[in-house]
Amino acid sequence: MAMISEAPKGDFRLSMLIYDTRYRSVTIQVIVLGLFILFVGWLLLNLQANLAAKDKDISFTFLWNRAGYDIGQQLIPYSSDDTHGRALFVGLLNTLVVAFFACIAATVIGVIAGVLRLSKNWLVGRLMTIYVEIFRNIPLLLWIILAFTVFSQAMPEAKDFKYTAEMVQQGIDPAHQKAIFGTTAFTNRGTFIPAPVVERPLGTITLLNVPISLTALAAIAILAASFWGNRRLLARAKAVQEETGLRPTIWWKSLLILLGPIVLFLLASGFHLDIPAFPTDENGVSKGFNFQGGINIGHSFMALFIALSIYHGTYVTEAVRAGILAISRGQTEAAFALGLRPNRTMSLIILPQALRVIIPPLISQYLNITKNTTLGMAISYLDLKGTLGGITLNQTGRELECMLLMMLIYLILSLTISLGMNIFNNSVKLKER
Amino acid sequence: MPDTSFVRREMLAPQKPPAGQSGAVKWLRENLFSSPFNTILTIVGLWAVYSLVSGAAPWLLNGMWSPSSVDECREVLTNTLGEGATGACWGVVRTRWHQFMFGFYDQSAYWRPLLAFALLFVSLAPVLYFGLRSPSLMMVGGAGALLVLALWGVGTDSWHLALAFGVMVALAALAWVAPKRLLWVTLAFPATAYYLLWGGPVWGPIGVMVGFGVAYFVWHAAQVKIGVTPAAALGIALALVWWLMLQGKVTAVLAMAVPIELPAQSPDKFGGFLLSFIIGVSAISASLPLGILLALGRRSDMLLIKTLSVGFIEFVRGVPLITMLFTASLLLQYFLPPQTNFDLILRVIILVSLFASAYIAEVIRGGMASLPRGQQEAADALGLDYWQAQRLIIMPQALKVSIPGIVSSFISLFKDTTLVALVGLADPLVGITRIVRSDIYWKAAYWEPFVFVGAIFFIFCFSMSRYSMYLENKLKTDHR
Repeated sequence: MAMISEAPKGDFRLSMLIYDTRYRSVTIQVIVLGLFILFVGWLLLNLQANLAAKDKDISFTFLWNRAGYDIGQQLIPYSSDDTHGRALFVGLLNTLVVAFFACIAATVIGVIAGVLRLSKNWLVGRLMTIYVEIFRNIPLLLWIILAFTVFSQAMPEAKDFKYTAEMVQQGIDPAHQKAIFGTTAFTNRGTFIPAPVVERPLGTITLLNVPISLTALAAIAILAASFWGNRRLLARAKAVQEETGLRPTIWWKSLLILLGPIVLFLLASGFHLDIPAFPTDENGVSKGFNFQGGINIGHSFMALFIALSIYHGTYVTEAVRAGILAISRGQTEAAFALGLRPNRTMSLIILPQALRVIIPPLISQYLNITKNTTLGMAISYLDLKGTLGGITLNQTGRELECMLLMMLIYLILSLTISLGMNIFNNSVKLKER
Repeated sequence: MPDTSFVRREMLAPQKPPAGQSGAVKWLRENLFSSPFNTILTIVGLWAVYSLVSGAAPWLLNGMWSPSSVDECREVLTNTLGEGATGACWGVVRTRWHQFMFGFYDQSAYWRPLLAFALLFVSLAPVLYFGLRSPSLMMVGGAGALLVLALWGVGTDSWHLALAFGVMVALAALAWVAPKRLLWVTLAFPATAYYLLWGGPVWGPIGVMVGFGVAYFVWHAAQVKIGVTPAAALGIALALVWWLMLQGKVTAVLAMAVPIELPAQSPDKFGGFLLSFIIGVSAISASLPLGILLALGRRSDMLLIKTLSVGFIEFVRGVPLITMLFTASLLLQYFLPPQTNFDLILRVIILVSLFASAYIAEVIRGGMASLPRGQQEAADALGLDYWQAQRLIIMPQALKVSIPGIVSSFISLFKDTTLVALVGLADPLVGITRIVRSDIYWKAAYWEPFVFVGAIFFIFCFSMSRYSMYLENKLKTDHR
């Protein structure tokens, strides 16, 4: 007969705090808590002593003082008369914009290279392997500085794009031509890209000293509405298919809903691209010293963007490859046995499953890209690290406040990105019951 | 009527497959031109290879080693190959390689970092091949042979050459006689390497090691009586007492009485790959145990320990490494007792180790999560206590699973050592390159330093990743 023996209910002895597993974890936690409090207290005491010795205090009022330095790339209006707080904000936006574009480019590069690396084509597979191994085994800092050197040393001068009178007479072209269908000029003074311009803007509103274009807001709203309409259309088509077994032809409706409103809106507002060019006289001879119109993007942005996307593209490549390889061949074979065509097999069977494997490493790559934008410091890209943790810190001498604030902002940024991506991940991951 | 019946008596020789179905043609057809799309890809790929090779090949093939300035190099190129010829001027590497490798370390003392580097491999031998005679001996012997070659290459004086040779021969003999005893070399390595690299009196590093010895012996003696965790706490407490209160006085007296010392090297002399290796190796070896502890903490049942571990890991993973480096250079001094002043390199090593340990903790946690629950339950059923279960059952399996992740963390840590340039240390990529290029003769050498430093990083990172793949295959025990 089995006997269940209760733990002896003897008197509580002090040694039971160590030997009895029921109390031991409490003891350990109390000791750890005590040590932790002691440690933090020790740090704070040191901090107090050090601050007193240097005759400093902790205050964040410097954020409202005049900054007094210029920032080359500014997404919101900023001048050296603005506050350190606004400079911080400009820097934060610069961090976000380069991280955003680099994430997109890295994903595109990674997906293409990942699929190509698995292709049956021997040459292309090897080339992609070489790309991955070369770029991920050499420090990112080298790629950033190399890209910056290429942009600032190897790019032609703006005057090499000019048509002189002789050239027009003899019918020859200048030494360099604009790239990408004649829209973009890579020069040693920056990259000139076309600027989107609307002739009849809806006006701007100013929120917290930041001007926001109503035209852009309206365009975003129209796009969002179109996407929502398209989803409704697809849902309805699916319902019809479930009921009758026949899927109605909706691609033209879908296209119309997605593109129609926005095209109409852009036409109505007089949207066109302002292509950078030299002003010319009636003979076609270029005047002036630099490109007019368009947007001038600095070398540091381009170098950081290109280096980040190519370097992190290799990691995305590996994630995509691993995701596709993780799906067993039986899935493809079963799909073929059901009579699905290769395209539908890919989109309905392989990709949804591969995505579950790909997304977690992709999240961490996006986080890494965001954190690695700080390397722009090496090429004087004025992101959050360059403004708050760089010039502001040096000017005000408030290392403690600047560093803590900067860490906090990066922490919030990282947690927000990982939160957003985790929500997305939860929506695509396998629903287990 | 003629008899048309026919019975074949012998087999015909098999025919050769059609020309399109064998050999190179078949391979080309299957691998390069299997479909129109693949053909296009092949052509694009060939074009990419051609443009890469045609761009880089002349530059590499025309490379010059002898000229000792960029202008001279260009002149020679123009004279020999004609106007507009491009070529690499490797003279910058030839004349300045010692700065890329050692920074501003005293040239007469190059034997010290090199000996420390060889000892690193000696102390790795028992970690990789514990108690196995021939692989340990091969590793020690190989390190010794390379060391002697390297010392001869940097022109060490014969006395130190003989000293290093003697040390390596003694270690090789130890590896032959008692390979398990090599573990003592591993344990003594941190102090030895510090003494060799930084110099100064020998008693400081020895004093630090004595503290670890005190902690170990107290723990060993007391763990039977009071359990593993309290014994460890007691040991650490006594070691802290030794380090903070006694060590300084004792070592000062010893240094006066028995002055054994190497000429001290000031911290700003460290640079180049020497600095990368110091930071990389120490951060790697410190972050692995820290990471294991953090991973255990994160999976602990105790709420407080779990919260602290999660908080630390998530905080560190949320901020960029550069902010940690700037914490080391600007902020750490605020949180230490006033007038504490220690070397920026050590501060950077501490913060980089903390940074890497959070990532390693996550990798190891992943490995632990992949084990079935039954393993822990079986360990409990056998009556193993917490530490025995972790040491004998959980960790060996979890670490094996996490090898690829751990190695890729190490690789990124090693690559990230270049970032120390941003806090003013002379890393090989930015710091040393800037110094070299500030020389009037090498001002125009843009690409050569990048190619040289990048190639060395590539060799190390690539071989680390290949080694991890090999290890993963070797340790794989499932049958698939």
